[in-house]
Amino acid sequence: MSIWEYANPVKFMRVSGAALPWIAAAAAICLPAGLVWGWMTPEDYKQGSTVKIMFLHVPAAMMAINIWVMMLAASLIWLIRRHHVSALAARAAAPIGAVMTLVALVTGAVWGQPMWGTWWEWDPRLTSFLILFLFYLGYMALWGAIENPDSAADLTGVLCLVGSVFALLSRYAVNFWNQGLHQGASLSIAPGERMSAVYKYPLYLCMLGFFLLFLTLLLVRTRTEIRRRRTAALLAREVRA
Amino acid sequence: MIALLMRDLRLATRAGGGFGLGLAFFLIVCTLVPFGVGPQGGTLALIAPGILWVGALLACLLSLDRIFALDWEDGSLDLLATAPLPLEGAVLVKAAAHWITTGLPLVAAAPVFGILLHLPGAAQPWLVAALALGTPALSMLGAFGAALTVGLRRGGLLMSLLVLPLYVPTLIFGAEAVRRGAAGGDGTTPLVLLAGITMAVLAAIPFAAAGALRVNLR
Repeated sequence: MSIWEYANPVKFMRVSGAALPWIAAAAAICLPAGLVWGWMTPEDYKQGSTVKIMFLHVPAAMMAINIWVMMLAASLIWLIRRHHVSALAARAAAPIGAVMTLVALVTGAVWGQPMWGTWWEWDPRLTSFLILFLFYLGYMALWGAIENPDSAADLTGVLCLVGSVFALLSRYAVNFWNQGLHQGASLSIAPGERMSAVYKYPLYLCMLGFFLLFLTLLLVRTRTEIRRRRTAALLAREVRA
Repeated sequence: MIALLMRDLRLATRAGGGFGLGLAFFLIVCTLVPFGVGPQGGTLALIAPGILWVGALLACLLSLDRIFALDWEDGSLDLLATAPLPLEGAVLVKAAAHWITTGLPLVAAAPVFGILLHLPGAAQPWLVAALALGTPALSMLGAFGAALTVGLRRGGLLMSLLVLPLYVPTLIFGAEAVRRGAAGGDGTTPLVLLAGITMAVLAAIPFAAAGALRVNLR
């Protein structure tokens, strides 16, 4: 039993179809629970009630980066092993990642206005997120522009590889360019606690909720893509007959 | 490879090849900026490094679709792909031809445009050095973008969306070197990083671009 068996569309459809309601239900429980729990946390002594934006901002930012990494992995699997499900999953993930990036940027702006006194600052973290958003846009535009699905998958795969290198490069280049206003990582594995448990556990729940939400949307979108591909194949067969 | 280079250069320099258009575009950008921000020398000197770099980026972008589009239309790209010369080498040569026809004139003319924008004299050597080191990377990345979109009928706008984010690190280090030079400082560090990016791009991107071309020629 190898993981590559799930690359078979039929098997993927069966397994994902069975798992989808459970994942969706878990997301539907975790996300509202985490957000409500976050809403009820006490106000921060310095940030006041704006600290609660964190429960949207941090998970969205985390997912924005991780979705790109997932697309990179899926593109590599497509380029190396030519599993169609993988390419379709990368395609399905891109708009979700773009929306997550946008959520992180907008919630950051809403938080930054009262806290930093500005909606936008050319800070390394903010700038590299904007660049990441541009990469998402370019990736989706390339998918949309090419008609042949296999060529589109190949070309977007190559773009994803090159784009990953340059997104990472930009991340460190902007560090060089401007000193940051953004605080360091909110969570850290290192000892030396930064965040009170009052905020930490609801944040973990929100992260789990965002991840499950992404998984749900990804599976729904990938299944739709597979079905659309099948319909197109059936129609093409009918035209030929 | 040399024959291919000479052919591309000849095509670019003859009528309709667009040689010098990039330079004219660069001039227009440098002329328009003072209208936008006002003619005060201090302000212009402050933003000159950025304007010059962004202008170079845009001038380079304008001529990118010529790298492969004409060869794609008349079928000579298929001949190149089946030629004994590896496609990676052909990509490298075409990017080099693009650089000689757009990047090199920009490097040579940059000091003049620097004077137009009141760039301090101390920054002039840094500007030339940064452009000379950075523009090959722009041409190479542009060739990659052109290879991705060569099969599309209206790929120009899409290509700018794909290519410009890739230009970010080059722009940051290039403009930073000139800014440090303008402030009377030492721009060696960003210059070295810029050269590193260019080297890495020249070494790795031909493979990606050739891969994209092969997909498009399939």
